[in-house]
Order: sequence, then structure tokens, then C-alpha cells
Amino acid sequence: MTDLTRIDGAELAGLLASGEVSSVEATQAHLDRIAAVDGEIHAFLHVNAGALDEARRIDERRAAGEQLHELAGAPVAIKDVLCTIGMPSTSGSRILEGWVPPYDATPVARLKAAGLVALGKTNMDEFAMGSSTEHSAYGPTRNPWDRERIPGGSGGGSAAAVAAFEAPFALGSDTGGSIRQPAAVTGSVGVKPTYGGVSRYGAIALASSLDQVGPVSRTVLDSALIHDVIGGHDPHDSTSLQREWPSFAAAAREGAAAGSLQGLKVGVIRELDSEGIAPDVHARFQEAVRLIEGAGGEVVEVSVPSIEYAVAAYYLILPAEASSNLARFDSVRFGLRVERPGQTVEDVMAASREAGFGAEVKRRIILGTYALSAGYYDAYYGSAQQVRTLIQRDFDAAFAQVDLLVSPAAPTTAFRFGEKVGDPLAMYANDITTIPANLAGIPGMALPMGLGDDGLPVGLQLLAPLFEDARLYRAGATIEALLAEQWGGILAHQAPQLTEVAR
Amino acid sequence: MKDRLMDFDEALERYEPVLGFEVHVELGTRTKMFSAAPNPAHPDHHDAAPNTLIDPLSLGLPGSLPVVNEEAVRYSISLGLALGCEIAESSRFARKNYYYPDVPKNYQISQYDEPIAFEGEVEIELADGRRFQIPIERAHMEEDAGKLTHVGGATGRIQGAEYSLVDYNRAGVPLVEIVTKPIVGAERDAPELAKAYVAAIRDIVLSLGISEARMERGNLRCDANVSLRPRGQERFGTRTETKNVNSMRSVERAVRYEIQRQAAILAAGGTIVQETRHWHEDTGRTSAGRPKSDADDYRYFPEPDLLPVQPDRALVEELRAALPEQPVARKRRLKAEWGFTDLEFQDVVNADLLATVEATVAAGAAPGSARKWWTGEIARLANDRGVEASSLVSPEHVAELQRLVDGGALTDRLARQALEGVIAGEGSPTEVVAARGLQVVSDESALVAAVDEALAAQPDVLQKIRDGKVQAAGAVIGAVMKAMRGQADAARVREIVLERASQA
Amino acid sequence: MSEITREQVQHLAGLARIALTDDEVTSLTTELGAIVDAIAKVSEAVGPDVPATSHPVPLANVTRADVEGGTLTHEQAFAGAPSHDGERFRVSAILGEEQ
Repeated sequence: MTDLTRIDGAELAGLLASGEVSSVEATQAHLDRIAAVDGEIHAFLHVNAGALDEARRIDERRAAGEQLHELAGAPVAIKDVLCTIGMPSTSGSRILEGWVPPYDATPVARLKAAGLVALGKTNMDEFAMGSSTEHSAYGPTRNPWDRERIPGGSGGGSAAAVAAFEAPFALGSDTGGSIRQPAAVTGSVGVKPTYGGVSRYGAIALASSLDQVGPVSRTVLDSALIHDVIGGHDPHDSTSLQREWPSFAAAAREGAAAGSLQGLKVGVIRELDSEGIAPDVHARFQEAVRLIEGAGGEVVEVSVPSIEYAVAAYYLILPAEASSNLARFDSVRFGLRVERPGQTVEDVMAASREAGFGAEVKRRIILGTYALSAGYYDAYYGSAQQVRTLIQRDFDAAFAQVDLLVSPAAPTTAFRFGEKVGDPLAMYANDITTIPANLAGIPGMALPMGLGDDGLPVGLQLLAPLFEDARLYRAGATIEALLAEQWGGILAHQAPQLTEVAR
Repeated sequence: MKDRLMDFDEALERYEPVLGFEVHVELGTRTKMFSAAPNPAHPDHHDAAPNTLIDPLSLGLPGSLPVVNEEAVRYSISLGLALGCEIAESSRFARKNYYYPDVPKNYQISQYDEPIAFEGEVEIELADGRRFQIPIERAHMEEDAGKLTHVGGATGRIQGAEYSLVDYNRAGVPLVEIVTKPIVGAERDAPELAKAYVAAIRDIVLSLGISEARMERGNLRCDANVSLRPRGQERFGTRTETKNVNSMRSVERAVRYEIQRQAAILAAGGTIVQETRHWHEDTGRTSAGRPKSDADDYRYFPEPDLLPVQPDRALVEELRAALPEQPVARKRRLKAEWGFTDLEFQDVVNADLLATVEATVAAGAAPGSARKWWTGEIARLANDRGVEASSLVSPEHVAELQRLVDGGALTDRLARQALEGVIAGEGSPTEVVAARGLQVVSDESALVAAVDEALAAQPDVLQKIRDGKVQAAGAVIGAVMKAMRGQADAARVREIVLERASQA
Repeated sequence: MSEITREQVQHLAGLARIALTDDEVTSLTTELGAIVDAIAKVSEAVGPDVPATSHPVPLANVTRADVEGGTLTHEQAFAGAPSHDGERFRVSAILGEEQ
């Protein structure tokens, strides 16, 4: 019988819809896989004890002849940043250990409504601050390609879960690359939708004007299928866009079947094609560009000069908003409380936050507090918001020339644990490829484009204008199909086999 | 510790007071400012148990997000217009960051550099009819905090409490904060002006129907800024901000107190500390709160979870057209229409009976009669019962009562008895009169017989009347009224007494 | 070179309500100094004529109708609370004053 964990989400959904496979079987297969490999990978912080019950209910509804969503019964992993009824939602932080929200985040509610079965909650850097999951309060996630390497971050858990075949689909959140960079270094696909394309309601906020929830999977189509479910207007999020979105799955299928690159104007971002990009990543990128040209794409070089200031602007805006968003963790209504008799509430709050937050979170809160404080606001936060305008203008100008922009999704392959954790600036600089899209609000995708000299995955980033998420799926699916043809299948299957421990 | 106070007149001789006010108005929308949780400032939810009017945003739960209440925006625009303000083309929310257990997100969503309304003017009137224009700097939208209860310690106050309990029902109630510019020139009227200003805001808010504006409930809250400057000095002195002033009378007293306190300090060569002060209703004093410091670094920044509010100009004009008459203009009009003296009118205003008298007049009573009823008998009964006069009886019933008097069916005394019946819930005045048998005895023969009987019983009085001592008739009238159990017209009885005495 | 001092970090920690240890203050002073040096260049990038962007997609007037929605039960509200009395959340004594 087919190994239900090795097939694509779309294929699994087909088997579920046709009744060849039950949701209980599909869910059990993934729970078994988690039990077998997650001790090693640590992609999950929590496994849903109710998953099989949920799967059974879907099977019953299907058996009763109910018309279900095309993904009904398929399992999905959920990043711990998202609120889930009945499952702890900690955002990777000690301060929220064991906190079970009384409400579901909108993307989670929409997955449930479509009949997907939540496998559990995935690991992440604490409050999504980091690029390696080394900042998780619950220990790092390991890269399924090399367990001495980081799986990226902050959404290393979701990326590792799909790369290790523990889930076909996962949800992530992307504030400066937290979906795309982990996808790149684990050989997966991840999409940051247009800002406002997916509701932020119930996503534990890092930086409100940058955060966006999106899909993580092994194929472009699988991400598109999830995006179709979670996207669209939500009245609970004021920044949620009110527009009719096309079917992203249709776009992906179209791109995979027909090829979509003929005559497509593709821009290579000059500022992301040289300095700081590792030679092997650069080499794979050149090959990807030639592949696009070979498929009829018209490739030109374009400039987004303000990218020079993107990391600096990002590391002002993010900490500033985060310092305020994280103020609610004060030990009064939820979360960790550390108290000694006779202490005032001020002392209790300060002691609880000292004990509950990790070093990176404290660093960014202090930095954000500084950036917003009287006398510095204009020079820092104000200027950073102006840089955002420049970056948007640069992208507007670039997209006046081309349909799609491309760059490496991350400057290097997965680095080793401990390599950058002591050097925040080096860690921050690593985000240069992904940050600009968040500052501008535009959609971005990371998908595999081969292996580096170390045999580890290298990711290609596609960027489209605001609202043109479908363009990513169409082009991404074409590129994915061309590469799969070369490789004899998607990259994820080239990952080394993990040793399964007996349950 | 007791503050030293300077005599008020002396303080005014030496220093000029400068005032400023921040008035918070809770809007009575159905839901909160940024979430669909029920609003405790709406009449339907006054008696809600603690932490029952809460949703994820009211508790600041991780992942919760704000969405602006469109009705609260409309109310705010109406209030801004009624304050004579410009309504911003574009206005936005900002986060005011500070930690306090009753602030669930540890930031308050407020407005900072782009308030919804700015640059207005409110006309107020003092008791003697003099008017002041109070310059308004801005009116902005924000959300209220929760409520703390301090437990343990002697007084239940914050000092000495062992722990505190937090109820987040009020967290997120829509507020408009109205901020004045510095008010100069009030001089010795400063305390009264303070009271009149808060009264004017309350009247405006009530006329708009956007809040119950009950100060004792915290629907309307006033922070009063007071500073003094020596005569002839241009620069403003250091100000204090007195909080927790929960009635209009307290606003007046607190301003007076601060003027006297600050004057004593300045005269002794001291300096005023810029600080918040707390008004204590029981002792009539203010006490020092937290000094202003760099801890007041609120790190305002534009609220990234909300978008700008750019009021549709057509909506603004629609709301402007729908504004009710300004309270001061209305008072002026009513005083003229009713022909009251300053004193009579002020009685009505002070008793908070303007709308009630207006309704009574509208129901058919003459203004003078309406005023007498409400400021006289009804006020007395209300006072005895410790309730608001307007809660005892409806203006329509008062007008009906007066109609019965005017038509001769009731004497004043009978009317008072009928009023008691109405208040006791026995029905309308006409019903009470019928049920209690309170009609005036207008049967002439019965009256004549009663008079004859009384005169016969008091021959000495009869003789006095005949001798021209007409005032002696009072004793006979009293006896007749008593015999008729009060149900006679005393004036008519007097006429009959004099007539019969001269005839017999 | 950065202008960040120990005192500044201590002040910021007070504003942010985090009881940093002395060691943390020391390391943060150094780290913040380096970070601030690296990010200070934003102020060179722009002139006064560039408007600020606070939202990536400019929208306005996103509001909701004044219609009541659901509320949390006490059970839901207090499930994650460190301390409560069944009706209200409980906190240690508050130093200072009523706001």
C-alpha cells in the first residue's frame, strides 16, 4: 500500500475524496510518522490528542454522503503562533507555556470548517523572533536534511514537519521571511501572501504591519490549496483585504500543466544577486534563471536600491511594534506569573517577564522601546516608515518593467546550530532576501531550486506585485515542474531517509 | 497632612488662575469601541456581573485584534461638531504604551497627532448670566480601562491594600476625551466656571443622546488643570492635574481648593510640583499623586492594527444638520419664552429640571405653574424620599393637575393631596381625584349653611367682623374649611363669610 | 559609535517592565550599541519630503456595525489566569495610585 505520508497533499486529498483512503488512515499514518521521527526532528511542540476523533467525524460525514471540501480529512500542522481551541498556543515562549486559547485563529477556523484535521502545533523561534528556531523556549527543531543544521526560522517547525513527511500541509507566519527562509533551507515550498490576503485574527502578533499567515508544503499546488482555504476577507481583522481572489490552486494547476513562463518578463533583483550570497546559492540561482529563460521567460536585471536600508528599517519597525504587542504578557490574565510574597504588581510583572521571555525577545523589546521612546521616534521609527515608502516605490518601479521578480530565497544553505546565535547582527543580515517583501506588503514564494555544495537545499524566491499572488503560483508551478522533470521528482524526495524509531 | 490654604480673595488678588480641563465621556453605544462585546455604558448592561461583558480583545488575549465601532465614530463626530470643532479629513489611532493591571493590552488605543475633532469653542453661562467662550483644543476617540478593587488595608484604598481584583467589563468602552486650551480670564469665577463647563459638556452630551453622562457612574469624568501666575507675569505657572472629580460640585470645590493651596505655597516662596492630584470628596481636599516624570514616556506610535478614519464629508454635514440646539442657546430661549426672572430660572437650572419643566409646559401648563410645582412641592417630596424630582411624577400628570386647579376643580391643597396619590401610584390626577373624592365643594347652599353654623358658634368673631375688623374672618374661614375637610375654595368661603356677617 | 549606556538600558527595561539582571544589562548595552549603530543609517536614507508608510496596503474607514457579538464565560476567561476569585482577576498590591 502507498505510504500516505510520502505522497503530495493534493494526491492524498484525492484518495480521501474518492474514499480509497479514510481520514483516520491518513491521520494515523502521519501520527505514526511523527511518533517515529519527531523525537529526532522536534518539529512539533504539541500533538493533537483529538486528531483521530476529528478524522473519524470527517469519515462519518463523508460516509453519510455529505458534500465535503476537496481537502476534507487531510491532516495539517499548525504553527504555534496561531490560537487553537483545545491545544496549547505558546508562540514558542515560556511565558505562554500551557496556555489554551478560548478561540481559534481565523485561518485555523477555516481549515477546520473545510474538514482538515490538525495534527498539532509546530515549533518556532519564540514569538517568531529568529531565523533558526534556536530561540524556541522548548528547544530547537532539527533540519531533516542534516540534523546538525537549523531548519530556518521562525517557522522551522512547520517547514521541518513537511520536509520530514510528518505532514503534507502546514501553516506558517511570515514577518520577515519566517515562512520562506525555512522553506528554502528544508527544500519545501512556502508562501507569504499579499499583506491582508490572509486574516491575522488569532495569530499571536509579532509586528502587526508585517505579519502575514501563509501555507507551507512540499509542492506549489499544495500551498495553493491551503491558501485558497485560509485566504479572503475576515471582518475581525481591520487590515484584511476585501477583494475577490482567484483560485490559487487553479493557477498552480494551470502553471504546472501548460507552462506559464513564455513571454513572462522576469526581473533579477541586482541588490540580491551578489553581495552576501554564498557562491553555491548564487550558482543554483544562475541555473534557475537560465531555466526560466529556456522556458521562454524574458529575464532582465532590475534594481531595488532601497534594499540597502531594508534590514535597518525592518529591525526598527519590528522591535517597535513587538515591544508594544508583547506588553500584554504581564502575568495578570494569562501566562506565567513569578511572584514572591510582599511584591507589588509592578515587581511581579517585571519578574514574570524577566523569567518568561528569552534573550532574543528581551533584546528586541528593549530595542523597540528605545526606537519609540521620546526623542528618538523621528530619527528611528519615523525614518524607518519613510524607508518603507522608498522600498514600495522601488518595487512599483520594478514591477512597471517586469511581471515577476526573482532572487535567492536565503543567502546560504542551512547553517549549523550555534553558528549565528551569539551574533544577532549576523542573524539579522541573513534576512536581507526576504525582508523587503514584508516591508512592501507584496507576496513572495520560496521553492526549491537545487542543492548547495554541502548537499543541502537551496531556495528560489519569487516576488509579485500586491494582490498578484496567483502569479507566484502559476510561475512557481511551472518552475517546479521543469525542475521535477530534471530531478525525477520534487526535491523533498531527495532528502536523506530518517531513521524511524519503534513506537 | 493638611495643606496650608490662602484665603480665596487674597489668592485672587495676588495670582491669576489659569484653568484647563480634560473631560472623558463614555459613549452609550451597544458595543465597545473596538470589539463586539456589550458596552456597560449602555443602559441594557448597567448591572452586569464582573467580567461578563468581555471577549478576547477586552482581555487583551494574544491574537485578538481591534475593529472600529462605526456608531462610536458617528457619536464622536456629532460631539465634535457640537463642540464647534473641525472634523478631521483624516484621523488615526495611536497606541499609548503604559503598564497598568486594568489596561489589558498594556497600551491604550487612543488618538495622538491626528484626532477626529479639533479647534472648537463651547459657550458657557454663569449663574448671573455672564457668558464665557471655552476654547477647545481637541476631542479624540479612545478606549476606557477596566476597574480595580483594592482589598485589605484599612480604607479599601490603594495604599495599604493587600491585593487588587480586576474587572475588565469597562475595558474598551468607547470614550471621547475633550481637551480645552488654557483658559485665562476666569479670575474669581474660576471655580464656578469649572462647574459650568462640565455642566455644559454634560448638557451637550445629553442633548445629543450619546451618553447617559452620569458623573456618579463615571460616564463623565473630569480632570481639572489649575495653575497660578503672579499678576503681571506672562508665562503660565506650573500646573497640577486633579483627577477623580466625580460631581459638578466637586469640580467647583477642587478648583477653589487648588487655587488656595497653590497660592499659599507660592506666597511662602515655594514651588508647585507638576503632578497629578486626587480629589477626596469626604475631606474636600486634594492629595499629591504621582509626579510627572520621564516615566510618562508613552511611546505613542500609529496603531498598526487599525486604518485611518476619514469621515465622509456628506456624513459630517448630515450629522451637523441633525445637531440639536446648543444647550446655552436653548436656555436663553426658554428663559425668554417663559418670562422667568434670573432667580426663578436659575432655580430650575440648578435643580436640573429644565427639560422637565419644558415638557410640563409642552403638556399644557403655564410656565410659572410648572416651575412652582417642580421647584416647590415635588422637589420637597423628592428631597424627603432622597430621589430625583423628575423620577416621581410625569410632566403630563403635573400639567393635568394644574389644569384641574385652573378649572376650579381642585384647590392648591387638594391638588397636593392628588399629587401624593399620583406618586403613590393610584393613577392619573383625574383618577386620584375621583377615587379619593377630592373635588372642591361648589354647592353654594352647603357652603352657606356651614358659614352660618360657624358664625353662630363664634358670636364674638361675628361682632368683630361687623365692627369692620375684617381680618377676624380668618377664624371662621378656618372653621368652615375644616368642616368641609378642605374641599372648598377658601376665597369663595371668605366672600360668603363677609356677605352673611353683614346680612345677619 | 553608539550612545547606549547602562543607565539607558536600565531605564528602557523599566519602561518595558523587565527585571533584567546586571549581566543582562551589561550584554544588552553592548549588543544594543552595535545594533543601533547598524540601523541608525535609516535616518540618512530619507528626506523630510518622503511620506511615512505605516500600512503596506493603504486602506481607510474599516469599521464594524454596532452589533453585539459573543462574550467569554468565566470558565473561559479564568482558564489561563494565574490567580482569580471566580469573578475577577487577582493581582498583588499596586504600588502608587489610581490612574
